[in-house]
Amino acid sequence: MKDMLVQVEPLIPALRRYARALMRDRAAADDLVQDCLERAVSRWHQRRDGSVRAWLFTILHNLAVTQFRQTTARGRHMSIDDAGEQELVSAAAQEQRLIYRDVLSRLARLPEEQRAVLLLVAVEDLSYADAAKVLGVPVGTVMSRLSRARERLQQEMDGAGLGNVVALRSLK
Amino acid sequence: MSQRPITEDDLHAYVDQALEPERRAEVASYLDEHPEVASRVAAFAKQREQLRGALASIADEPLPAELNLSHIIENRKRRPLRGWGAIAAMLLLGLGGLGGWTMRSVLQENSTGLSALAQEAAYTYGVYAPDHVRPVEIRASDSAEFTKWVSNRLKQPVKVPDLSVAGYRLMGGRLVATSHGPAAMLMYDDNRGDRLVVLTRPMSGRNQDTPMMPQSTGDVAGFAWADGGLGYTLVGQLPTDTLRPIANEIRKQARPI
Repeated sequence: MKDMLVQVEPLIPALRRYARALMRDRAAADDLVQDCLERAVSRWHQRRDGSVRAWLFTILHNLAVTQFRQTTARGRHMSIDDAGEQELVSAAAQEQRLIYRDVLSRLARLPEEQRAVLLLVAVEDLSYADAAKVLGVPVGTVMSRLSRARERLQQEMDGAGLGNVVALRSLK
Repeated sequence: MSQRPITEDDLHAYVDQALEPERRAEVASYLDEHPEVASRVAAFAKQREQLRGALASIADEPLPAELNLSHIIENRKRRPLRGWGAIAAMLLLGLGGLGGWTMRSVLQENSTGLSALAQEAAYTYGVYAPDHVRPVEIRASDSAEFTKWVSNRLKQPVKVPDLSVAGYRLMGGRLVATSHGPAAMLMYDDNRGDRLVVLTRPMSGRNQDTPMMPQSTGDVAGFAWADGGLGYTLVGQLPTDTLRPIANEIRKQARPI
C-alpha cells in the first residue's frame, strides 16, 4: 500500500483538473475523482505493468463516460452558457481571466471525444500512446481527433478575431 | 541529408513537445520555410498555453478531505467489500430473535434460481478477484485438465469460453463450494487488470432453461442465465453495458449443441 500512496497521491491534482474540465462542475468532478481513487485502491494489485498515470486516467475517464451516458439518459442537458467557466477560472488577473474564459467556452463547444483528447494531450501531458490507452482507441484516432479539435478551436478563434478586426477598422 | 516528409502528426507532436531533438530540428527548419504552416502551428501552441493557463489553478487547490488517499485506504481496510457487508448484516439479523425470520425469508427468496447463482458468483468474485497471489487454482495453460476435472465434478460437460474478442484473457479457474454443490469458477482479465468471473453449476428443477437476467450484489454486477440444465453467470466491477455483450458471447459459445 505504501508504493501506491507514493505513486498515486502526486497525481490527484491532475485527476481533479481533468475531471473538472470534463464535467465543468466542481462537486461532480470531485465525486468522480473520489470514485476513481476508491477503485484504484481496490484494484491496485490487479494493475498491469505500465504507466500508473495512464491507468488512473483510464479509470477516471471510464467513470466520466458512464456518468455522461447516465446524464444524457436522464435527459439533463447542460447548455454552453451554463458551462461554469466561473468554476474553472479562479486565480488569474482580470485581463488574463477573460482570455481563459474565452478559450474554455470554446473548449466546451467541442464534441466530448475531441475535448477529452485535447485535455489529455495538451494539458495533462499524456503521450499519444497513453492517451490512446485511456480512450480505448488506436493512436491514429487520437491524432485525427487532436487535429480536428485544434482546427475547430482555431476556426472559432479566427471567427472571433475577424470580428475584432472589423470593429477596430470601424473605429478609425 | 535525406529527410522524411513532415506530416500533420509531426506538427502536432512539435506543438506538444513530443518529438526527438533531431526530428524537432527538422520540423523547425521546415516551419522556417513555410510561414503559413508556421502560423498555424504557432496558433496551436498558443491554444495549448491558454488551456494550460486556464486550468492550472485547479491543480493548485488544496485537496478536500474526501480525496485524501490515506483516508480512502484506511476506510477500505475497515470495509473490505460491500458484498461482505451485506452478508455480515444478514448474519447479524439472524442473531436477533425476530431477525431470524427476516433472514429466513430473505434466504428463501434468493435460495433458488438465477439470483442465488449470481449471489454465489458475487461472493466468489469478492474472495478471489482481489487475490494477487493465487486467484486461480489451475492456470489457463492447463485448461484442458481443468475442463476435464470440473466436468467430472459437475457431472456435465463444461466449456471454457474464449473472450479474446472482448479483450479478456483466461487466467484460469478453480472449483468453488456453493450451497447448491460444486461450481466451476473461470477468471479472465484484460490489459487494464480488470477481472471478470464466470461461475457455472447445474441448475435444479424448473430453473434449467432461464433467459438472461441482469444481477447485482453490492458493487459486483453482471448477468445470469441457464441453458440445458447448466446455470451461468458473469460478474465484474464494470458497467452492465460493458458486461452485456461479453455475457452474450459466453452464452453463444457455451450453449449445448
